[in-house]
Amino acid sequence: MMSDRPLLDVRSVTKMYGCRIGCSSVSFDLWPGEVMGIVGESGSGKSTLLNCLAGHIEVDQGQVLFDTRSEGMKDTLLMSEPERRMLSRTDWAFVHQHARDGLRMSVSAGGNVGERLMAVGARHYGNIRDEAIDWLGRVEIHHSRIDDRPTAFSGGMQQRLQIARNLVTGPRLVFMDEPTGGLDVSVQARLLDLLRSLVREMGLSAIIVTHDLAVVRLLADRLMVMKDGYVVESGLTDQVLDDPQHAYTQLLVSSVLQV
Amino acid sequence: MNEYNFAYLDEQTKRMIRRAILKGLAIPGYQVPFASREMPMPYGWGTGGVQVSAATLTPKDTLKVIDQGADDTTNAISIRKFFQKTANVEVTEVTKDATVIQTRHRIPETDLSDEQILVYQVPIPEPLRFLEPSEPETRKMHALEEYGLMHVKLYEDISKHGAIATSYAYPVKVEGRYVMDPSPIPKFDNPKMEMSAIQLFGAGREQRIYALPPYTKVVSLDFEDYPFEASKAEHSCELCGSHNSYLDEVIVDDTGGRIFVCSDTDYCSSQQKIIKEAV
Repeated sequence: MMSDRPLLDVRSVTKMYGCRIGCSSVSFDLWPGEVMGIVGESGSGKSTLLNCLAGHIEVDQGQVLFDTRSEGMKDTLLMSEPERRMLSRTDWAFVHQHARDGLRMSVSAGGNVGERLMAVGARHYGNIRDEAIDWLGRVEIHHSRIDDRPTAFSGGMQQRLQIARNLVTGPRLVFMDEPTGGLDVSVQARLLDLLRSLVREMGLSAIIVTHDLAVVRLLADRLMVMKDGYVVESGLTDQVLDDPQHAYTQLLVSSVLQV
Repeated sequence: MNEYNFAYLDEQTKRMIRRAILKGLAIPGYQVPFASREMPMPYGWGTGGVQVSAATLTPKDTLKVIDQGADDTTNAISIRKFFQKTANVEVTEVTKDATVIQTRHRIPETDLSDEQILVYQVPIPEPLRFLEPSEPETRKMHALEEYGLMHVKLYEDISKHGAIATSYAYPVKVEGRYVMDPSPIPKFDNPKMEMSAIQLFGAGREQRIYALPPYTKVVSLDFEDYPFEASKAEHSCELCGSHNSYLDEVIVDDTGGRIFVCSDTDYCSSQQKIIKEAV
């Protein structure tokens, strides 16, 4: 997958909470089909950064340029709200840590998956339903569960449903905030496997925030390590994890429990 | 003479409500917030409709009040008496004689003319409310025309019941722009909303007024493969024999006996009169 320009170009994004630093002058490129991992301890600003990029919170300084389909590179922070909301339900997707935040719990699984389709104008029930069944299959949820509400699903299934709901419109960029948080290890492994194959199949670009180094080892091509709002180290995932340069990264890597 | 200002409300309040009505007419289907007043009746009894009627009435008007189509139910009678007492206007039960009709959950069977105003009582004006509880969010959705969620509700209906089971308060799109709750009228009445009379909607507790100018385009939402259907009970009226009016099911004994009768009492009695005269 060759492209002459990045999908997302982040330039010195800064977010302050009063006099405290949320994240400070973060810059990076994300190329089409690339998965970027952001790791760091709690409070290091990684979720703040993700929410800044996805337009959920206001950024104090910087630019977030996205390669839009119609107008090429465009600063999403300067976009009008309708334009940004349109982007976030077509070309972008956001997977929350808690599936409950990203799902409509009172709406059936099929309705959850179909919502984005209907939001971009799908008005044929049969087609919407076929698409929903197809997507439930791709995230390994049996089609007989299509009319069940997410409340009747296990945590792992809810998370997979959330992923299906987000990917149904074929986004080009997915933001993931701790997608495996709160799941037990065997379910985590299956979810990671699923995510990896979806990302490869669809050629998705993704930004994954996590504190779990195993997740980025499996999924991410590149890695950024954050501490106290600053990016302290970045590079290819294997390079950073196998030969950490910064003291904090060394600490992080050595803190992983070996079983 | 009575001690009330004409039609109960003070003139300043009526001005304020009229401004909201005019704004509503200028932006069909848009919910205009207004400073709803406390009325001498409980919320849910039509406080919104009563305020809109009060602001609309003139001493020369003739008022008709219906509740689920009937002129003789508690709600209709008390609101009619309220305006007889506070405004001293003429009242009638005959649809075509009325200039202002306040209605709870029905549109009269008789076609309305451009000399008439139909005032609806609205319990929950926000059609998106049951799927999106946040008011700032629903306002934003209206502003940005993000109405996908409305179809999620219809999708859920079909997946659960095999057809769009929503039979009243069926969401409509007004002039290709705003999605609007037509108040809990049966969906049988939805096609009638493209009419020559002015339609005003008042929600007292929720403090919203919205409106449809005459001949406004009103489209009921649906799916391509599950089109909108203005359904009614598959019977004819037991009293007047009408095939095309909306029917109420009435249980008449405790052995399962039931009959279907017109919900519009004025229409039913006029039909009965026609039949009697023909005999």
